[in-house]
Amino acid sequence: MSASPRGLAALDYSVLQQCMHCGMCLPTCPTYAKTNRERHSPRGRIALMRAVADGEQALNRSFAEEMAYCLGCLACTSACPAGVDYATLFETARAEVEQERVVATPKRDLLRWVTMRFLFTRPRVLRFVGRLLWLYQASGGQAFVRRAKLTRLLPRKIRELEPLTPDIRRKFSPQLIAPVERPRDGVVRHRVLVLTGCMQDLMFSEINRATVDVLLENGCEVHTPPVQACCGSLHAHNGDQPTAKLLARRQLEAIDPFAFDAIVSNAGGCGSHLRHYDHLLADEPAYAARAVEWSRKVKDIHEWLVAIGFRKPRAAAESGCEKVTYHESCHLCHGQKVSRQPREILRALPGVELKECAESSWCCGSAGIYNIVQPETAGWLLQRKVGHLRATGAATVATANPGCHLQLENGLRAAGSDARVLHPVLLLAQAYRAERSA
Amino acid sequence: MIASLIAQLGAANVLTAPEDLAVYAYDGTAALKQRPRAVVFARTAPEVSAVLKLAREHKVPVVTRGSGTGLSGGSVPVAGALVLCLVDLNRILELDTKNLTLRAEAGVVTQAIFDAADAAGLFYPPDPGSMKISTIGGNVAENSGGLRGLKYGVTRDYVMGLEVVLADGSICWLGGKCVKDVAGYNLRDLFIGSEGTLGVITQVLLKLLPKPAARQTLLATFAQMDAAAETVSAIIAAKIIPCTLEFLDRKTIRCVEDFAHVGLPLDAEAVLLIETDGHPAAVADEISRIEALCREQGATAVKRAANAEEATKLATARRSAFSALARLKPTTILEDATVPRSELAKMIRFVGETAAKHRLDVATFGHFGDGNLHPTFLTNERDTEEMHRVEAAMQEIFACALSLGGTITGEHGVGLAKKAFLRQQLGDDSHALLKTIKRALDPDGLLNPGKIFDR
Repeated sequence: MSASPRGLAALDYSVLQQCMHCGMCLPTCPTYAKTNRERHSPRGRIALMRAVADGEQALNRSFAEEMAYCLGCLACTSACPAGVDYATLFETARAEVEQERVVATPKRDLLRWVTMRFLFTRPRVLRFVGRLLWLYQASGGQAFVRRAKLTRLLPRKIRELEPLTPDIRRKFSPQLIAPVERPRDGVVRHRVLVLTGCMQDLMFSEINRATVDVLLENGCEVHTPPVQACCGSLHAHNGDQPTAKLLARRQLEAIDPFAFDAIVSNAGGCGSHLRHYDHLLADEPAYAARAVEWSRKVKDIHEWLVAIGFRKPRAAAESGCEKVTYHESCHLCHGQKVSRQPREILRALPGVELKECAESSWCCGSAGIYNIVQPETAGWLLQRKVGHLRATGAATVATANPGCHLQLENGLRAAGSDARVLHPVLLLAQAYRAERSA
Repeated sequence: MIASLIAQLGAANVLTAPEDLAVYAYDGTAALKQRPRAVVFARTAPEVSAVLKLAREHKVPVVTRGSGTGLSGGSVPVAGALVLCLVDLNRILELDTKNLTLRAEAGVVTQAIFDAADAAGLFYPPDPGSMKISTIGGNVAENSGGLRGLKYGVTRDYVMGLEVVLADGSICWLGGKCVKDVAGYNLRDLFIGSEGTLGVITQVLLKLLPKPAARQTLLATFAQMDAAAETVSAIIAAKIIPCTLEFLDRKTIRCVEDFAHVGLPLDAEAVLLIETDGHPAAVADEISRIEALCREQGATAVKRAANAEEATKLATARRSAFSALARLKPTTILEDATVPRSELAKMIRFVGETAAKHRLDVATFGHFGDGNLHPTFLTNERDTEEMHRVEAAMQEIFACALSLGGTITGEHGVGLAKKAFLRQQLGDDSHALLKTIKRALDPDGLLNPGKIFDR
């Protein structure tokens, strides 16, 4: 142990003390719902964290496993009347587990280094890997491997994950979006910057295009830097605080928040983290002021559109979907408290009936990389989610986070449903387009 | 003993790891913590019986708990105890629409009981603040109250029967579906509110009511606390019994609004949340009379909830009051002193004066209609000096409540938190009677020992 306290013990004690263990969070916690065991509840986890800070609980494998079992969905923060900052507690606990190398193995270290430290800090390399994967898929390589059952040669864990390999888009964001685009009528009311994300860029670049389209339709001059750093959300959620800070600094060096009216994110998970740069960089004098401005400017696309009074489209989207249900990304509704606005946008679409599903704000099990590291609980959550989605009879499921998007597509497909998954903004962009062709 | 428990219940239902003991060391009560020896989960009454027999054989105390939302330390373990957790005993067994009863296992969450009744057009009225997660067994063991106490009473008024496992492992059914039943002692009521000290409740038979056809909710804002208190007296004097008559003071309003965003007036000194339910014509009449009375008593604003959704939001916001107050200070010590309705204004004034005298931060909310106040001290458990002042203030408040003909606890129970004051309320003879009953049913003193009174 180091001489000066780190991690949970170094945290402002009032953050830990904020939990008065009333238990209001319990009914909203998916892992508690599944197990009925207190250690798998937010209240239990906070008690364990406090015990670690108080020196009553060893920072051991069992503690590390508990922190890993938490989805980090933050549903507890929406339910908590006391306003416990669970996001900070959870990230600090996971970071301490990593710092103290509680569960470190050479294999795990290598995997973490390759993904978090190497790939997700180098946007150009990440795109290159994406391009290779696209080639493999577009050339028929993937289809051949699957048909010939060559996947049997893979280690079991990877073999089980192989069917979840996402489809990579032919064009990434810079091939679809110019660095600066202006509204067609030339009237600029707002100047905004769009963050294209990592997964969104590789797998759903059309959502980024749609985001720019709807902003242009609503009087925004849109700046979209072609090469953008990862926001660091992956790192912060998985205990790599130093890299998360590095990426936040890079973001602030590349983008001047004072130059824009809003910095727009269309991915729930990224947005939730991006908003917290002020906290993340609070103790870095060179960046703190800029980070505060940044956090003030970061807006979720739906939130921003509603705030500027987006124009309601006059025509129905070409896909003419009538019944739509909405699945809330955890980090959009619990992390960013943006829940009403995506619904407002969906309701504004001509010909669309928004059909609410049960437990719309429950996690789908994707939760970053949770579906990879905790497949059993993730699968249980996905089944529960797909059941609720199908019960609505909706042909379209709207959601605003790439992780959820993929997870729901896989879940619906596995259940034999042909419902599509779309980002609300994509439907809005389609409706605007239909207006013009009408 | 652990090995025998594992043999009886299965390894997954016997927890002994430090990580598990740490998280069953508390309930919803501030500043109380004690790790148990082990935590066990029973799924049937015979399993509960087996656990109690083993505990008796090994002379190990047993502390029963549900979701651990109690507010008097009733389910905080005692040193060396076995925690018997009943959350897996969670089936609703029967909804009898002919007799208007519902039979459920003890670990069913209160909200699930409300919902099951509601789906059948029926109504289970008791609604403690933690109903979304508290278990019905815990509600019965603590005789929980809630927001609807004024018109509908408390948990006790809805328990027609229960199954209880005694310290020796015998399994008893007390009560039944008959409205009239005078066969033998009324022992069912002995276990209601017994706080796990006399037996382990494993099943309950609840009385349901037809769902009220209409409901109206109103929020009245006041510039002075006294005006709010006078309004309550005026409503009762006008022979109106609303189902809910809740009150929040300025600090509580701010905290609740900060969390729930339901549009509470932040500049008000007090608000009353009033709900009336029943036949539509009666509700319409009552709500307009209540509204007029509020205005007569000087309410600065009176607002009716536009629809059921808005009404539910207001009630839910009110239920969050206690937890929301934790936004202000690290430790919130919630009290439960209750006085006859007529003495309420006096009691509130006394709480304010006492807090000022001891230089303490206090917020008050509660069930105005039934005289049940929740003065809440906002403090820090790490500040020993201030905690002493909190204790002194609490003693004075309890003494005042008793002198006004009140009680030290209206709905939270005695548990650990209030046992020092119980004798003062009951008197020596009544206090001794409680102990006589305890000894008769639990001769070894193993069931939640040290709760309600010292061992």
